[in-house]
Amino acid sequence: MRREIPTAIAFFIGVVCIFQFFIPHWPFGTLVDTFSVWFQILQSFAIWLGALNLIKVSLEKSLDKRTHDRWYGWVVMAAFTLIFVVGMFFSGGRQFQEPGSEFDYLYRHLFTPLSSTMFALLAFYVASASYRAFRARTREATLLLIAAFIVMLGRAPIGDQMIAFVPEGYRLSDMASWIMTYPQIAGQRAIMIGIALGIISASMRLILGLERSYLGSE
Amino acid sequence: MADEQTPKLSFWQKMLAIDRRAIFAFIFVALIFPLFFEISQEIPVSNDVRMLHEALEAIPDGALVLYSFDYDPPSAPELQPMAIAVIKAGLRKKWRMVYIGLWPQGPIQCDMAFRDAMLDERFKDLKLTYGTDYVNLGFQSGNEAVMQRMGSDIPGTFPRDFRGTPVAQLPIMNGIRNLGNFDFLINISSGYPGTREWVQFGVDRFGLPMVSGSTAVQTTEVSPYVGRQLKGLMGGMRGAAEYEQISNNPGRALKYMVGQSVAHVVVIFFIIVGNIAYFATRKRNQG
Repeated sequence: MRREIPTAIAFFIGVVCIFQFFIPHWPFGTLVDTFSVWFQILQSFAIWLGALNLIKVSLEKSLDKRTHDRWYGWVVMAAFTLIFVVGMFFSGGRQFQEPGSEFDYLYRHLFTPLSSTMFALLAFYVASASYRAFRARTREATLLLIAAFIVMLGRAPIGDQMIAFVPEGYRLSDMASWIMTYPQIAGQRAIMIGIALGIISASMRLILGLERSYLGSE
Repeated sequence: MADEQTPKLSFWQKMLAIDRRAIFAFIFVALIFPLFFEISQEIPVSNDVRMLHEALEAIPDGALVLYSFDYDPPSAPELQPMAIAVIKAGLRKKWRMVYIGLWPQGPIQCDMAFRDAMLDERFKDLKLTYGTDYVNLGFQSGNEAVMQRMGSDIPGTFPRDFRGTPVAQLPIMNGIRNLGNFDFLINISSGYPGTREWVQFGVDRFGLPMVSGSTAVQTTEVSPYVGRQLKGLMGGMRGAAEYEQISNNPGRALKYMVGQSVAHVVVIFFIIVGNIAYFATRKRNQG
């Protein structure tokens, strides 16, 4: 029964969701609205689960004396506690996100610049990786290199300014636009159709009970 | 003695083995220097952004527009200029604006963008009332489930606003039952849930006209929707700069584009050098 009941629930909810797409009226519409509320509640708990898991993992890491980077675990826990305590108890309760609150101060002056900095590091790593990896080793790699060259220069205004003598319509921005509009979209659509077919197939396996790995092992 | 045995590296071999910190230094200089100069550059406006501009201009004054801010601070350098620009469009056309976020940080980013937009001299004398002219309904967890519920019951999905006020006490929410009550949807997104999910639920399901602003990385994923599901698209910093230019609304994106231009040239320079070094050393090794 540990497998049959969850499989039956998955089947029922899956079938109702499919029917609701074509018949968005009672009872299917009402049922899916109810499922959506349940899903929101479950996901709200999942946020807590994620936060508690972060603390658990960080605590284990910071207490493990064998790892040399265990201090990062303490940093994570200290930052988590700081934001949590300030947001929960020192920022006006429900209005904790209001401009001028202590939480808002931490968000603007600590969280925002730190997370933007982490993301900005990508620019440096991408530059370094491009230097080492972008090689015209094969015909396909050369094509990719030329396309990247045109798109990168075409997407930056300086690209057109460098070849201003070329008539309009044949400049790098026009070539970049052509690559993005035709070959790129064609490839992307093929990927999207492939993914959609894969999702339909995987969903049908779940609904019909052929795929049960999400229930865990016996 | 050891030095004598070490084979002498040619110039191109040295270039191949260049320390990555040297590349970092070049990129740093390329990004930093343009920030200190007022350099203006003409940016050709792409078709996607031109369509977005025309779609936004076609929305009548006083329309009810839903904004969904689905991003967080890491993407803010790219997306915040877009958010400011589309909020300014709403202020200029006196739309009734309802802001939401499907990412926890989205509503805070929206609040910051709104305050930045209000600093514009053109809106100095604008008298807006929170709850009547605009409202921030905050974040709701649930991703697609939130969109699904918004299709039938928005007050039930967002019972309180960003500040904790019950939506029944907000005049702008009077008469809003579901997504069908909105005239338009503007989404600023950097991933999941975002533009793709809004297309699946907001556009395909509930027929809401929509435009989107997305990160450069995500643009390739959502560009196939332009023309049918999406009425226009701003892709990355470049898209934001194009919109700022076409809407005669110069802001951060146009300023940051100078740095991006120079950085692109530096990266291309290194790719060319890397390839020359690769072929030069390969020839030497074969020889």
